[in-house]
Amino acid sequence: MIWQIIWFILWAVLWAVYFILDGFDLGLGSLLPVLAKNDKERRIIYNAMGPFWDGNEVWLITAGGATFAAFPKTYAVMFSCLYTPLLLILFALILRGVAFEFRSKHDSEGWRKIWDFCLVFGSFLPALLFGVAFANIFKGIPFDVNGMYHGNTLKLLNPYGLVGGILFVLVFMMHGSLWLWVKSEGDLSERAKETADKFWYAVLVFAVIFLAYSYFETKLWDNYFKSPILFVIPLLAVICLVMVKVYITKGESFRSWLSSAFTILFTVFWGIVGLFPNLFPSSIDPNASLTIFNSSSSELTLKIMTVVAVIFVPIVIFYQFWTYKTFIHTVTEKDLESDEAY
Amino acid sequence: MDVTILSRLQFAVATYFHFLFVPLTLGLVWLLAIMETRYVKTGDEEYKKMAKFWGKIYLINFAIGVVTGITLEFQFGTNWARYSQYVGDVFGSLLAIEATVAFFLESTFIAVWVFGWDKLSKKMHALAIWLVAIGTNVSALWILTANSWMQHPVGYVMRNGRAELVSFSAVVFQPYVWLKFTHQITAAMTLAGFFVAGVSAYHLLKGSNVSFFKKSFKMAITYALIASILVVLIGHEHAAEVAKTQPTKLAAMESLWETRTHAPIYLFLWPDAEHEKNSVEVLPLPGMLSLLAFHSTSAQVKGLKDFPKDERPPVLPTFLSFRIMVGLGFLFILLTLYGYFKREDIENHPAYLKIMLYSIPLTYIAILLGWTVAEVGRQPWIVYGLMKVKDAVSPTITSTQVLTSLIAFTLVYTLLGIADFYLIIKTAKKGPEA
Repeated sequence: MIWQIIWFILWAVLWAVYFILDGFDLGLGSLLPVLAKNDKERRIIYNAMGPFWDGNEVWLITAGGATFAAFPKTYAVMFSCLYTPLLLILFALILRGVAFEFRSKHDSEGWRKIWDFCLVFGSFLPALLFGVAFANIFKGIPFDVNGMYHGNTLKLLNPYGLVGGILFVLVFMMHGSLWLWVKSEGDLSERAKETADKFWYAVLVFAVIFLAYSYFETKLWDNYFKSPILFVIPLLAVICLVMVKVYITKGESFRSWLSSAFTILFTVFWGIVGLFPNLFPSSIDPNASLTIFNSSSSELTLKIMTVVAVIFVPIVIFYQFWTYKTFIHTVTEKDLESDEAY
Repeated sequence: MDVTILSRLQFAVATYFHFLFVPLTLGLVWLLAIMETRYVKTGDEEYKKMAKFWGKIYLINFAIGVVTGITLEFQFGTNWARYSQYVGDVFGSLLAIEATVAFFLESTFIAVWVFGWDKLSKKMHALAIWLVAIGTNVSALWILTANSWMQHPVGYVMRNGRAELVSFSAVVFQPYVWLKFTHQITAAMTLAGFFVAGVSAYHLLKGSNVSFFKKSFKMAITYALIASILVVLIGHEHAAEVAKTQPTKLAAMESLWETRTHAPIYLFLWPDAEHEKNSVEVLPLPGMLSLLAFHSTSAQVKGLKDFPKDERPPVLPTFLSFRIMVGLGFLFILLTLYGYFKREDIENHPAYLKIMLYSIPLTYIAILLGWTVAEVGRQPWIVYGLMKVKDAVSPTITSTQVLTSLIAFTLVYTLLGIADFYLIIKTAKKGPEA
């Protein structure tokens, strides 16, 4: 029992870290045409994500792998029921990743336009679909005890699912603009800051709508009413969101981004804690719902995985932290002259 | 078409495509690490130029390998849900460990390496590429541990209607894993050696950057020679392990129908699966198959007819892939031996250089054929002896869904493949001066 709970927490942490880290890539990638006025600025945006996006995406692979390892039945049913949206996310991420690597390797306007489109599309679609998918999971997915899905992809685009999707997109766009504010200088940096500020209001509106809507559409708040101490999680999310605005006003870019990161962390925790003990609830048959208890691996596997996670996750965090520290400097025009720059 | 066939096709497309890029990633990285280490030790700028030039090609290749790898992980859940549920307790943890232990390492430090030329000390920068080398190869180790378990499941019991892990060390330390891993790594090194030697040959033929490409060629040919000898030796041990653990696969590899002692290897043979015999069998090497498979000419080797028809793999593709792969393996040794002994004045052997240039694709073919033997030869099982492919597919997906995604994969991958090879060839042709 304790092992399942440990892995539930780790599962939440993996998703949260993924959304914090790749969140700014996805948001910034989506905003490429909005933020950049010319090719130089576009390249600065690519290079602001350059040393990070690949390592960031591995958190998604690890979140997927951890689901497979710790909760194989959830992995099986979740991935097969959400076949179409997952593959759309996958194609989008493939195009996005390749866009980074290919864009500056061939000198032609048309070539760059193709990869810019791939970056924007490949960033926006996952941001939206992750939101839609998680909102629908919060609501419950129509599948039966045999793992047969009784919905279709279009039904995922219900009002609540769409609000979730829009919220994700807006949060990531705010988060990405803040990152560009940190990573660039001059006009572009200023523009990034102003954009983040605009998105902050949009995030605030949609966050309130989503939290309230969740009360009517999902059972997420039940756990909170059962143990009111948990209200501290959404409260922290709100406080962090407020801090984003405070730091924008003060002109402190990095702290503002960090507050935005913590907003994402606590928002993800809010949703996942609300799910507990479910991982993938069914909307048509409570007996079909997959929980951390009825879908988990054997105790031995969970123990081994815990040992691996306890040793290696801190190491990963350590060297990724070091990478961020090494490359946190602003991207300048001089950086673009380097042979290796994107 | 039914969902199982479409899902198999999709997995095949995704895996073959992924594996067009992985071997160069695995093999070339050690050469990059050696080049940069020599630069750090000797201060010779040409080694730095080498690391940068070959590194540029490495990165173009790396990108596609990374992004298409995710497809494989996802597909176990999307298309093979019954499989994931049935064996996830053992199999899932291996994939998760791969991501945690290795994939983070390679993905993080490849970026450090790319963007760190001016930001890090020389030694730190060289350390980054060594960490990438370790990351990519340890990543391969865990993936191959998972694949080996599908070939020869160990360390589990059937409990709660699924395979549950009882001995992690049995899964990780079974000989199958280490033979497969070392066979794969040395194959990848052979490919990378041929790649560098072949591209160098192109420039030596043109007479451009002779000193640079001669240095590259000499390094690559030595590397490829050692690797191509090892890949054959380990391959032999690997096949002997297959004989022990997967008798139907071995029988298909050699197209052996009747169980017999003193089993020969026929130099020329053509299987006739319909009549359960070979239509052509000439030039036997008596007792050779018994000897190679079980280390004794009198050993008994099981024939396909000893197994029910619905438990035999497709013979012709398994047999042909194996034969051609082995033939290529020996060819690679001969080619690298020649180059190794002529390496000091290699620019004066234009015919050989031309052959080396056109041999690059052969190493790719050999590796893909090797995987064809491994995976087609395992049929009809998804986990040998434990679960059949037809019982592994997701219950809830429809053929329309899978057909659509299969077409999408084929289209997207074809376009990406063309773009990638275009860039690799362009960069390789341009040479280091750019």
